Amino acid sequence: MNPTDNHYPEGQSFRNSLNSRYRVASIWQALFFSALLIAMLSLAALLYNVVDGAFGYVAYEYKNDPAEFSAKPLDDLNKQELLDILKANLSDGAYNKLNNEQAMEKRSKSDLYTLVLERLIQIDTKQTWSMTASIFDANEVKAEAAKKYPEAKLEFRSWLTPIFLTTPMSSKAEFAGVRTAILGSLWMVGIAILFALPIGTGAAIYLQEYATKNFLNRIIQTNINNLAGVPSIVYGMLGLAIFVRALEPFTSGSIFGITDSNGRTILSAGLTMGILVLPLIIINGQEAIKAVPDSLRQAAYGIGATRWQTIWHHVLPNALPGILTGSILAVSRAIGETAPLIVVGASTFISLDPEGPFSKFTALPIQIYQWTTRAQTEFHSIAASAIIVLLVLLLTLNAAAVIIRNRVQRKY
Amino acid sequence: MQINETPQYSIETKDLSIFYGTFKAVSNVSMLIEKQKVTAIIGPSGCGKSTLLRSINRMNDFVPNCHVTGELLMRGQNLYGSNIDPVEVRRSIGMVFQKPNPFPKSIYENIAWGARINGFKGNMDELVEQSLRSAALWEEVKDVLKKSAYELSGGQQQRLCIARTIAIQPDIILMDEPASALDPISTLRIEELMQELKKNYTIIIVTHNMQQAARVSDYTAMMMLDKEGSRSGTVIEFSETKKIFTNPKDKRTEDYVTGRFG
Repeated sequence: MNPTDNHYPEGQSFRNSLNSRYRVASIWQALFFSALLIAMLSLAALLYNVVDGAFGYVAYEYKNDPAEFSAKPLDDLNKQELLDILKANLSDGAYNKLNNEQAMEKRSKSDLYTLVLERLIQIDTKQTWSMTASIFDANEVKAEAAKKYPEAKLEFRSWLTPIFLTTPMSSKAEFAGVRTAILGSLWMVGIAILFALPIGTGAAIYLQEYATKNFLNRIIQTNINNLAGVPSIVYGMLGLAIFVRALEPFTSGSIFGITDSNGRTILSAGLTMGILVLPLIIINGQEAIKAVPDSLRQAAYGIGATRWQTIWHHVLPNALPGILTGSILAVSRAIGETAPLIVVGASTFISLDPEGPFSKFTALPIQIYQWTTRAQTEFHSIAASAIIVLLVLLLTLNAAAVIIRNRVQRKY
Repeated sequence: MQINETPQYSIETKDLSIFYGTFKAVSNVSMLIEKQKVTAIIGPSGCGKSTLLRSINRMNDFVPNCHVTGELLMRGQNLYGSNIDPVEVRRSIGMVFQKPNPFPKSIYENIAWGARINGFKGNMDELVEQSLRSAALWEEVKDVLKKSAYELSGGQQQRLCIARTIAIQPDIILMDEPASALDPISTLRIEELMQELKKNYTIIIVTHNMQQAARVSDYTAMMMLDKEGSRSGTVIEFSETKKIFTNPKDKRTEDYVTGRFG
């Protein structure tokens, strides 16, 4: 090619070609933007769907008139009066049973109030409406309720209340709460992380700092990467076989002298979740360790540090933020997993707080799953509320982990 | 380590070859490195200068598949002998790297850490001050010892790395292009520092900068690929720096140092 030949467009033809390049660029930009838009719309739809179920009109009837039990409106009664009503109107057997669960005198006023509503007046929820219908078609909802349930009271209600968070499970949606499920979830995630973080980090250190690049280690690495994608139900089967059945004396606590339990405990669930998030923690830990600059290791070795001193004093502290990021992902994964818990045997109905790793348990996703399968619409409303609780819990745990990570973050 | 002083020489290589797997990166180097002198290793890129330097304190142990034949003698002992622990080698042969690489810790801790892990039992404050003074950094940092080492300039960081090495009281200091990432003024300070340090230490430096080799070194080793088409480097000439730069024996050395080649 002759260096003086000009093969490039100039003047108007250059501007034309430039314009067509810009056109192509703007088409791609529009495509990327619509991808983002679709993602945001999906998220918004998800949030709307959840919130829509958790608030709205509810039509309910009292089976027994409150006036039968008290001359004053129930809301104005004090604790002693509520207690007297319960004593007078409940059968002795029922009262003693409640008293055995928790001494009646020691219960809070709102607890007693709930008991009066639940046992004596017996609320009967007829129908619930979604938030959208309750706001935009309020008149139609009212007309429908008046026609179908002339006796019923109609009330706009938030199913998500402080009481919902602090009461245990109940067979009636109006009195059910997520206390046991929240505690169960926290216990389970705690055990999972306590189990998986040290083991996962240790494995990551070994793979990254000690393992030589041989055939065996490559196979191990590939398998860990694949394990991260194994369906969670498979981990459930594993947990059932190993923790619930094979290690039952340990997971039920019987070798520690606990007799009234089987292997379907928080410990089994936590360990199963731990195994489930282990590959996630290992892979993230490896990435974090890989990101520690090699110059730092060389600096340490160059002044006579052993491999362990280098890892302990330099590699680990500098990889810690990344390792904690992995644990954030692990917590998010563990708290939302449902399938393994079903297999491992979470209880669907349990009203006692978990007292330790050897308790029977339920967890939020199990509770949600169970409520959504019920026919009555009020259970769908509390399921929606429980989903909000789950999301908030997830965000809180993530935020805590992010704060811890930023605390330990170092500058290079 | 058994002490068997060879008075004049600090390190001796006998037919030292370095392999990466089956590839011979450096072949058959035999050199006597004199005590309390600066020895420079020069040569074109990719001829194995850094590989040779890193083999002296066994930093190449961390490169997978790297192995060495021949002998590397210090006080009459082969540093690659089966009874020698590489950590012990690195403890007595310190290393300063191309890019300043202080630890992400305070200036004080940068020096104290190396001393502590090696079991230093003396007065740490004194050691830090003395090391920083030896590295000509004390006056600049004596009021900010608690500050992060990353707040220092590049040249100061490199002197801190030298101070960190001095603090473990090695016999030999290896420097792998210690000034290549620095500006001319910082470079000059490092060079002045080397002249000070050689009163107490043996220094071996790899450099791309021939003027630098001529300025700072007493001896110079000229490395080059051993023959046309080969990829293994070797020392083609090793003698007093003055001789290498004014009256080299080898034609290739002459071409290289006069800038006609390389």
